[in-house]
Amino acid sequence: MTSRYLRPTDLQPALEALAAGGLTVAAGCTDLFPATERKHLAGDILDITAVTGLRGIARRDGDLIIGAATTWSDIARAELPAALDGLKLASREVGALQIQNRGTIAGNLCNASPAADGVPPLLTLDARVVLRSVRGARELPLTDFLTGPRQTARAPDELLTAVRLPQAGLAGRGHFLKLGARKYLVISIAMGAARIELSQGRIARAALAIGACGPVAIRLAAVEQALIGQTPAEAAASAPDLAGMLAPIDDIRADAPYRARAAAELVRRLIHGFDAGAQDRAA
Amino acid sequence: MNLHRPVTTLTVRGKTCTVTSPPARRLSEVLREDLGLKSVKVGCDAGDCGACTVLIDGEQHCACLTPLAQAAGRAVETVEASDDPLMTGLQTAFEAHGAAQCGICTPGMLMAALELLRAEPEPGQAQVEMALAGVLCRCTGYAKIVQAVMQATRPVGAEPAPASGAAVGAALPRLDGRAKVDGTEVFGADECPENALALCALRSPHHHAGFAFGDIAAWTRAHPGIVAVITAADIAGENRFGVIPPLADQPALAETTARFLGEAVALIAGEPEAVEALDLAGFPVTWHPLPHSTHQAEGAATGAAQLHAHRAENTLIRGRVARGDPDAALAGSAYRVTGSYETSYVEHAYIEPEAGSAWIEGETLVIQACTQAPVMDRDDTARVLGLPPERVRIIPTTAGGGFGSKLDLSVQPLLGLGVLRTGRPCSMVYSRSESMLSTTKRHPGTMQATIGADAAGRITGMVFHGDFNTGAYSSWGPTVATRVPVHASGPYRTPHIRATSRAIHTNGPVAGAFRGFGVPQAAICQETLYDELAQAAGIDRLAFRRLNVLSDGDITPTGQRLDGVGIAPCLDALIPHWARALDDAASWNRDQPGRRRGVGIASCWYGCGNTSLPNPSTIRIGITHQGRLMLHQGATDIGQGSNTVISQIAADALGLPVGQIELIGPDTALTPDCGKTSASRQTYVTGKAAEAAGRALRAQILRLANMGEGAALTLEAGRIVATEDGQCREIALGARAPDDHGYALSAEETYDPPTTALDEDGQGVPYAVYGYGAQIAEVEVDTALGTTRVVRMTAAHDLGRVINPLLAQGQIEGGIAQGLGLALMEEFVPGKSANLHDYLIPTIGDVPEIRSILIEVPDPEGPMGAKGLGEHVLIPTAPAILNAIRHATGARITRVPALPHRVLAAIEASR
Repeated sequence: MTSRYLRPTDLQPALEALAAGGLTVAAGCTDLFPATERKHLAGDILDITAVTGLRGIARRDGDLIIGAATTWSDIARAELPAALDGLKLASREVGALQIQNRGTIAGNLCNASPAADGVPPLLTLDARVVLRSVRGARELPLTDFLTGPRQTARAPDELLTAVRLPQAGLAGRGHFLKLGARKYLVISIAMGAARIELSQGRIARAALAIGACGPVAIRLAAVEQALIGQTPAEAAASAPDLAGMLAPIDDIRADAPYRARAAAELVRRLIHGFDAGAQDRAA
Repeated sequence: MNLHRPVTTLTVRGKTCTVTSPPARRLSEVLREDLGLKSVKVGCDAGDCGACTVLIDGEQHCACLTPLAQAAGRAVETVEASDDPLMTGLQTAFEAHGAAQCGICTPGMLMAALELLRAEPEPGQAQVEMALAGVLCRCTGYAKIVQAVMQATRPVGAEPAPASGAAVGAALPRLDGRAKVDGTEVFGADECPENALALCALRSPHHHAGFAFGDIAAWTRAHPGIVAVITAADIAGENRFGVIPPLADQPALAETTARFLGEAVALIAGEPEAVEALDLAGFPVTWHPLPHSTHQAEGAATGAAQLHAHRAENTLIRGRVARGDPDAALAGSAYRVTGSYETSYVEHAYIEPEAGSAWIEGETLVIQACTQAPVMDRDDTARVLGLPPERVRIIPTTAGGGFGSKLDLSVQPLLGLGVLRTGRPCSMVYSRSESMLSTTKRHPGTMQATIGADAAGRITGMVFHGDFNTGAYSSWGPTVATRVPVHASGPYRTPHIRATSRAIHTNGPVAGAFRGFGVPQAAICQETLYDELAQAAGIDRLAFRRLNVLSDGDITPTGQRLDGVGIAPCLDALIPHWARALDDAASWNRDQPGRRRGVGIASCWYGCGNTSLPNPSTIRIGITHQGRLMLHQGATDIGQGSNTVISQIAADALGLPVGQIELIGPDTALTPDCGKTSASRQTYVTGKAAEAAGRALRAQILRLANMGEGAALTLEAGRIVATEDGQCREIALGARAPDDHGYALSAEETYDPPTTALDEDGQGVPYAVYGYGAQIAEVEVDTALGTTRVVRMTAAHDLGRVINPLLAQGQIEGGIAQGLGLALMEEFVPGKSANLHDYLIPTIGDVPEIRSILIEVPDPEGPMGAKGLGEHVLIPTAPAILNAIRHATGARITRVPALPHRVLAAIEASR
């Protein structure tokens, strides 16, 4: 029995094939191949990397649209607003260049690892995902799309075609910190992202997110609110109390109490990174 | 709709290639199997190791993560398919700098570097690290790779080849280096006979389980292309192997009970496509899980399930060294320190998973596979197969890293079973997880020690005990149990000592040999306690060690009188670095409150060769009738450099240029036994045999030429010319009758270290030669996150005589990288981390600057004074790092790896 391998160049036939069922969507394959010891991808494959229009970053009505098949290297090399600085930093932490040259933003989201490096910065950008099928298109906030570890709201016939970053979320500057037990090629113990808008040196708006400390990465709305009006230096004077916000686990990388503490310290450092006078290095 | 047909074109070296593989197939497989581009190495099939890195349209990709369809129409570059002059420069630089040791990661490194150099011909260190970050190396510690890339476009003139008598001491690039950089080196998976069947093993999914097979014949019939299923019932010989024959207990295929997760219980042979397509989920086997233990404390607990009926209390063996009256000495000591320590399972994580192939040649079963111990493989495999050893020939492929684990059998008996059963050639390639699940690990240890010192800071006595988790089978458990007590004191005068050990069976992975045989674990215990003792006595930590070191004439805990002791010069060489490092840390800490720097030191000693057991090496050197100089070199070079070092010694002993030597072997049909590549023994033991063989051949030549010892020799086409005092005599080689080995002239010499058995108190001469070293670690600890960055290592090692400083530095850098991993990140958790993204080894960004200081205190026994080095280099690293963490933060780390959460907890506990 020969497996099917579809590599359409247009979206419509891709969606039709998906609607017919039984296909695994493939892009960079940086998660699909490690999931098998076989010498080929398992099952029937819909390879979306040749579909026109799915790769690249474009402005539309003030929003930024990142195509599903846009790679981490594409993001790292693109000229982007400072609000995406965190996403750019994260793009250089997804594996090393071999992975960044293949791995895509949609793959990172659809794989839905609690430790997906792309998620926290996208959460701080109020990212929305565009899902298309033969039934039509819908858009979901990323927070609603990621429903659990390795679980998303994508219906089997839907394709995540793009990530939309609304204009309102493109103000300010972004930042990202990753914590792992080695320098490169490391699954995060915890990671955090921030996007902060300053007004006259004080925090006017803040978006904070933490990953790898629960089933899905989360925004820290209560902490964000508390920052308003402070200078970054004031806000970073101590680590915030994240008690009750996170649900970390014990695993081979760290224990849960450590994760919670490290997450708070990452948040402190993220904010500290917005202090113009600070010389602190990344974690 | 674009339905892909299985015809794909891609461009390789400017030429369009058409392949007919399925579009979903990994590009790495297509390049290797369809296009024969074997430089593309498969280390993990998961994008974790980067060994398969190729350039696609000029950009680096893991070929294992690329479906063939995505390479369609694109330009693919591999090492052998590159004609870029930058690649030539890189290859030359990799050879010259010693950037390839085993060579398995080298093609991937070269491709990543090629992409970088095209954009930036003279990159800085940070650029190199970023570009090569996705390729793991387990041998080199990366420093020489970084140097090679940085200087690839700035070639320096090649050093002239050493003249006669000048090979020893020369920084000679490895003689077998070319194949490692041009992609032609043959590793276990790189050659496969025509028409070979593929083998795969059914392995236990449980730590401990009984099992029963159903209708295997029916299953086989239902799977076209499957030729045979082999179980323990089919084994003709003794179904047990082990590196220490009296304790051999490991079945090639488990019989009725699997004792660890990943143990092979059945072997399936079939046409490669059929085996590849197999889904073993439907294999007719029923598992009955049994209670299990994976930690030494569980295995030792009362009531624990017994792994082997004849080994009570799950105790494989105990070790003991006792001298003097340590209890009284400790009771009377001015200062006493006590501590308990725990280490984890550590995986060798060589980048080459085990692989090989086998076939019948006449009456002989030929097994070509990666190994560190060809003769042991032959004998053990023959026993399992029920063949006389002379009917088994082992041809070692280049080992893509070994570090101790490839001393034990892996694919060899399975290949033999497959060939004998089917009559067809067979090949077997372990997957990454199969390699990590089924092969040996470093012994986890639980250790306690108390050490005392007198008012002047002199060590008075020590009591040490270590429980070591030896896993399901014996492997090298006895060696660890013996070596640890012998070395428990470290290289310090310890007049009263009782050091004991116990090897405990559990259902964890088999713990075997890993660079240091338990001594690195024990060094963590002893060297961190010595820091505490120095502090208690109010003495500088280096000065404390210097005060207590062993010197010539001193008596060791086993009662051995030592000569050629080099630890004091090592410590002395570190004194200026120690002072500088302490100053640096103090000034850093004045204005960096959250990132504390600290400095630590630790020493090592390590006996070279088997502990109180024979381990001879035999070297043969022959000169052909045509005038070629052949060195039968049976020591497997697993990257450490024995092909080069043994040649250098042989050349100088003989008095001919090392460049004239042609290497034969290792191959059990062609090379005499040089034993195993372990125990830091090859430079010393095989080197000594090479020295003797070289001298013997020289003596023969001089006798024939009737010349004195001082004569200079030249070997030319068909003749040897001896010259002395203007006199010149010639030996015509063509005219000589062939000797027993078919040579015009040859010599064969054997050397076995003079050791004695240890008595029940461990008294005796366990080793004839020891090597020594000491290392300083400088670290920076993030006190809010508990992360540790090693800033610099300074290593002084006494090699007795430095045969090859380039290779010696490579050993030091690579050993330190592994020691750093042991200290900070490496923890194999059975059932949880059988891959290279959950099991972490240092990347190119984790290994700091390493300064090597080579000390030469000649050993009276070693060849030309030489001592071993290979294992010594990682022994001090972990304790030096832990001592530096404590110096930086006050945190007392008693469990490794010192993962961030453990360090943070220790920092809190110290406050």
